[in-house]
Amino acid sequence: MRTRFHDIEAIKGAWCLMSTLSINNLSMRFDLPGGGHVQALKNVSLELSSGELMSVLGPSGCGKSTLLNILAGFLAPTEGSVTLDGRPVTGPGAERGMVFQQGALFEWMSVRDNVSFGPRMAGQKKKDYIDNVNHLLDVVGLKDFKDKSIYELSGGMQQRVALARCLANEPDVILMDEPLGALDALTREKMQGLVLRLWKETGKTIILITHSVEEALLLGERLLVMAPRPGRIHEEYRLPFAAEGVGKDLRAVKRDPDFGKKREEILSMIWDMEEEIMGRTEEATA
Amino acid sequence: MIVLIIYIAAFCAALIVVHLVTSRIKVRSDFTSLKTVTFGDESAVRPNRWASILSVLTLFLLWGAFTGSDWVPVHAPGPFIGDTQFTYTLEAPDGARDQATVYARVFPAREKGAPQEVEPGTGFAKNDSIAVAAWRSDLILIDKNDEITRKDGAKVVEIDGQPVSPGSRVEVAHGSVAVTSKGSLNFVPYAGMQMEPIWLPAPEAVVARIKEISTQGYQNFTLWEHLYWSLLRVIVGFLCGAIIGIPLGYAMGLSGWFRGWFDPIVEFMRPVPPLALIPLVIIWAGIGESGKIILLFLAALWIMAISARAGVSGVAIAKVHAAYSLGASRWQVLRQVIVPNSMPEIFTGARVAMGVCWGTVVAAELVAAEKGAGMMIMVASRFQLTDIVLMGIIMIGVIGFSIDILMRKAEDWLVPWKGRT
Repeated sequence: MRTRFHDIEAIKGAWCLMSTLSINNLSMRFDLPGGGHVQALKNVSLELSSGELMSVLGPSGCGKSTLLNILAGFLAPTEGSVTLDGRPVTGPGAERGMVFQQGALFEWMSVRDNVSFGPRMAGQKKKDYIDNVNHLLDVVGLKDFKDKSIYELSGGMQQRVALARCLANEPDVILMDEPLGALDALTREKMQGLVLRLWKETGKTIILITHSVEEALLLGERLLVMAPRPGRIHEEYRLPFAAEGVGKDLRAVKRDPDFGKKREEILSMIWDMEEEIMGRTEEATA
Repeated sequence: MIVLIIYIAAFCAALIVVHLVTSRIKVRSDFTSLKTVTFGDESAVRPNRWASILSVLTLFLLWGAFTGSDWVPVHAPGPFIGDTQFTYTLEAPDGARDQATVYARVFPAREKGAPQEVEPGTGFAKNDSIAVAAWRSDLILIDKNDEITRKDGAKVVEIDGQPVSPGSRVEVAHGSVAVTSKGSLNFVPYAGMQMEPIWLPAPEAVVARIKEISTQGYQNFTLWEHLYWSLLRVIVGFLCGAIIGIPLGYAMGLSGWFRGWFDPIVEFMRPVPPLALIPLVIIWAGIGESGKIILLFLAALWIMAISARAGVSGVAIAKVHAAYSLGASRWQVLRQVIVPNSMPEIFTGARVAMGVCWGTVVAAELVAAEKGAGMMIMVASRFQLTDIVLMGIIMIGVIGFSIDILMRKAEDWLVPWKGRT
């Protein structure tokens, strides 16, 4: 956890000694070039305390990527605000790390240079960060690959590099935009275990966007289901599976009857939303 | 036409022979060789090295065969060289006829030959003697030594016993004779199927010329000096263009104001061929070095600016976002993400720019220069020194090709991730 005592706002926010991410009444609305407008988000409010792992699920167009981009500081909301430790988010920053689906690694650098990018940009000396970088490479299982080029690694390995790179920068919050979406099923399952382990070991606040209901259930201490048009929070769950799954066989967690029930419930919820969208589009075209 | 037919025949023959030979001895082992679908699968089409070797060899053999080269064992029929003769029959106005012989000596092109000494013979028509170079023809003033001339009403009625009239042409030994409308004779020795050296010199003549010009020089400069100056202009012009063009392209890719300001200029100048700027550059800067370098600078500038701009727009936004999220400043994003990420585009642009510059410098030297490869071949062509022209073209081609190979090697070395992400 990062605390900046030179910063008045940080001291105010640190009264509870937690990095709290608050999302207050967030709305996002923009005009389309051909006329009309899109209400990507409407009145989204949320509070995340330090060390929470939240997954976000929803049909396409529900604004979950927009929400993540606002949290990262890449987009400015039209209404509402985001604060981290009481400090408003106005742009991208090192305290909010991001893991992308794919293609965000720097191919012209070795694996180690990718992982040490954050500390190097902050002007840290090599002796100060090298131990941590080597440790993280060890944790994600890429110890023997640190001098390799990015294009020599498989997709799963590349995502491990992305995770390590994000962690090496020691952010307070990690934002994950479908980090496992491009991986094959087997690699994906392994990576889910890795994400859980890293969450438990580092105690970071993590927000994870996913398309997979199973993944959302497995990795979400909290699970947010969003609905489209306008993008809004539809339902929120608190789930035991993430805590249970740490260090365990994830397939055993999936066999849990409660897991199956929850999965069916959420799947049918999203199905209904999709049906509704389809119905509305059909009405519009009719 | 015959050359084309021979070329196609050589292509087919080589194809059949190589297939017959290699299909027996080839050991198929690598993955691509196991593909059964190759027609339509571009990745399975690999250049046949035999075809490449035979292609170059065929061109060389054709060149040698049709120029009578000593290096090539087989030749197309060459022009007749040596002594020949034919007779003509002159008819006087009173109907009297007399025969005389024309002795023709055909000597090799670019040599001096003298007609042989002949006896005038008897009768009112006297024997003639001429000397003619291969591939040339000679007008025979048959009656300049005859006792009765065309002025007196005499005319040629037969050549080698074949009746002729003005305008007709008859075959004689080792050539043909045409009767002009005024009644004189034009002897054309047999030309064969080889090219005249003035059109296409033999390979050994070109090589000899390379040796000669690389030691003694042509137009005050040796071959290497000519090529060195052309290359130097290209490199200096290209570097100037890159030094200005790449930052300009980055600025256009990063700032709306820069893009708005320079877009009209760049988009207007891009389609203007650099050759069209030669007259203006000569007016402004003369025909000296500065004019050449300005021209090459302008040729490289737009290409480099556009490739740098494309390089910036080709950066995956996730990379830029990732860098900002990791705490990088704008300058660090430029230095660590945008510049390296645009290197493949810049290399592609640099290859194009070097090619354009090389073409432009030769063209500019063709127009006006004191030294350089283009100037060398231009001056040589005015004196019909085809071997120098040919040698210059070959050298220009070799250098242009080498530049491209070097750029590709540099690219593989500096941007190994290109095309692999």
